[in-house]
Amino acid sequence: MKKMLMATTAAALLATNAYADAHSKDVKLGVIFGFTGPIESLTGIMAESAELAMKEVTDSGMLMDGATVSASRADTGCVDNALAVSSAERLISEGINGIVGAACSGVTGAVLQNAALPNGMVMISPSATSPGLTSMDDDGLFFRTAPSDARQGEVMADVLMEEGIKQVAVTYTNNDYGKGLADAFQQAYEAAGGTITISAAHEDGKADYSAEVGALASAGGDRLVVAGYVDQGGSGLVRAAIDSGAFDTFHFPDGMIAANLENNFGTELDGSTGQHPGTDSPGADKFTALVDGAFDTTSPFAPESYDATALLMLAMQAAGSTDPQVYKDQIMSVANAPGEKIYPGELGKALQILKDGGEVDYDGATAVELIGPGESAGSYRQIKIEGGKITTVQYR
Amino acid sequence: MDLLNAFVALANYVLVPGIAYGSQLALGALGVTLVYGILRFSNFAHGDTMALGAMSAVLITWGFQSLGLSLGVLPTALLALPFAIIITIGLLLGTDKLVYSFYREKKAKPVIFVIVSLGVTFVYNGITRFIIGAEDQRFLDGERFIISARDFKEMTGLEEGLAIKTTQGLTVVTAVIVVAALFWFLNKTRSGKSMRAYSDNEDLALLSGINPERVVMITWIIVACLATTAGVLYGLDKSFKPFTYFQLLLPIFAAAIVGGLGSPIGAIAGGFVIAFSEVTITYAWKKVFGYLAPEGLAPDGLVQLLSTDYKFAVSFVILLIVLLFKPTGLFKGQSV
Repeated sequence: MKKMLMATTAAALLATNAYADAHSKDVKLGVIFGFTGPIESLTGIMAESAELAMKEVTDSGMLMDGATVSASRADTGCVDNALAVSSAERLISEGINGIVGAACSGVTGAVLQNAALPNGMVMISPSATSPGLTSMDDDGLFFRTAPSDARQGEVMADVLMEEGIKQVAVTYTNNDYGKGLADAFQQAYEAAGGTITISAAHEDGKADYSAEVGALASAGGDRLVVAGYVDQGGSGLVRAAIDSGAFDTFHFPDGMIAANLENNFGTELDGSTGQHPGTDSPGADKFTALVDGAFDTTSPFAPESYDATALLMLAMQAAGSTDPQVYKDQIMSVANAPGEKIYPGELGKALQILKDGGEVDYDGATAVELIGPGESAGSYRQIKIEGGKITTVQYR
Repeated sequence: MDLLNAFVALANYVLVPGIAYGSQLALGALGVTLVYGILRFSNFAHGDTMALGAMSAVLITWGFQSLGLSLGVLPTALLALPFAIIITIGLLLGTDKLVYSFYREKKAKPVIFVIVSLGVTFVYNGITRFIIGAEDQRFLDGERFIISARDFKEMTGLEEGLAIKTTQGLTVVTAVIVVAALFWFLNKTRSGKSMRAYSDNEDLALLSGINPERVVMITWIIVACLATTAGVLYGLDKSFKPFTYFQLLLPIFAAAIVGGLGSPIGAIAGGFVIAFSEVTITYAWKKVFGYLAPEGLAPDGLVQLLSTDYKFAVSFVILLIVLLFKPTGLFKGQSV
């Protein structure tokens, strides 16, 4: 019996090896997002969006003479550095060719430092927005299709100033994302002549935020800026603030803008404002048409995820290699001018151009333009909540 | 000087939330104190008993809501509460039969019971997460406010609003009813008297013919009622999330110990002491002082003793101070 078992195991092992050899031309991309945790209601759509780009490329049959691109999903828990690093290491040992992710800023830094750098793996994050990542040493391996929050802080200050709001209270979720955004905003807002009455952290995952709201209300302000997560403390805080009548209107940065904000509060938030990365470039419409209702394309970071994945694959084609050390140098050149502009749904065309030795300027769904150390220049969708719905005011 | 606005601001952010939170802690601490007084161990599983009880109520509430049953302006969860209590009673009696009675027969030391209850905590916690998941669940319906901040401002013309949520009103009313019923039971009924006798002196109680198994059973039944009620009220008022009940354990134990372990009156007093310490020490007094101070002397800073991040630290510090200087608590309970 024991021998029999051994034989079967050995046979199975051989079979797997043979299978792997036969498909060695396949490209495997790790999709490492916080599928559980504070932004779990966003990441499902983000991953679908990333996988849509892979499917498009696979169907076109143009990448590396017909390679199949497949996704391996792994969880970071959004705030769990240990889990994120071990997920990334597992995928790297499974032989992925690039990483789409991570989603949340803190774990993105952890994955970059502890898994991507030591293994020489390229990662493109669609949603890590912490200003701290700009200056992080990355050996040219890290890129992001989301702009840094330093930029979002400026946009946020402009929006509030134009609304005539000169005094606000700020509360942020106590992590890299929240703190980074709150600091960037404070700098920009005070430079523009605004006053911040209090900038207080809140912890996610608590049942009761009345004490936090008490302090915020005491400090006062015309509007409450909530730099938090919609599925976590952010919503709890807004709920407590509305209930106690401390604030009537709010200002929401990207972590708070999701369908759940409408579901949780409806018309109670009327008059509140916000902004999140978004664009009115032709790419956005083409992306919506391409998705064709499979998921909500206005969900934050869904288009960025498509773009991050597309960039990885285009860079591989341009370099003629799936080796991260080789194609990492091509990412900036496929993302920026010169070259033919590429929009969603045209990945096959782009791959053909690259194969023929031409150049592309990937514009994608979010008007991708990588600046500095490889991060998006950033355009934002300014929103206002009216009649319980998130409506677009303008793009800036 | 604007006494009225100062008082309303204080009531809105300190008094009303403090009283509601204090009532919830008091109900929780009563359960802990009863187990300590009669079964003689610190029941760490109390927080997760509350979570399990509240979870049953959430599920039954959803069932009622889908059947179209409701209590009008009151939350449907109140209708589900008795059923949830029955489930929790079954659970606690089952646990006692399976786990605690084994150690009771062996006359195990209290410290062993404490560790056993910690094990039970993790089992309960696992069951709760397995059945309902770890996320926030919403089960509140009916009218949300007795009086909302906006209505209050319009009614009184004051600058400050005062909001009283239905759940806060309910919490206080239910807590008063439950506590009154508990004291009547302990002081006036035969079973209650036998429980107190058993608590005072186990051997004497046995000699005078009190059936210990019966006392234990009644204790668990009462604890189930208290824990489920406290859990449901907390869930309605704040939000139902399994993990927060585990976090509640610290303030609940602090309340029971500050009041004096084993003393029901102490548990109630302790609940309010802890609740108000947490709220007042982390409250930013700027607004209240701003109204009270003479023109031009209003404070610029926030006048906040401790950042709200340290809320749980407050109950921990009070716990330490009481254990150092008055180990028997405010109301002469047993020393720990």
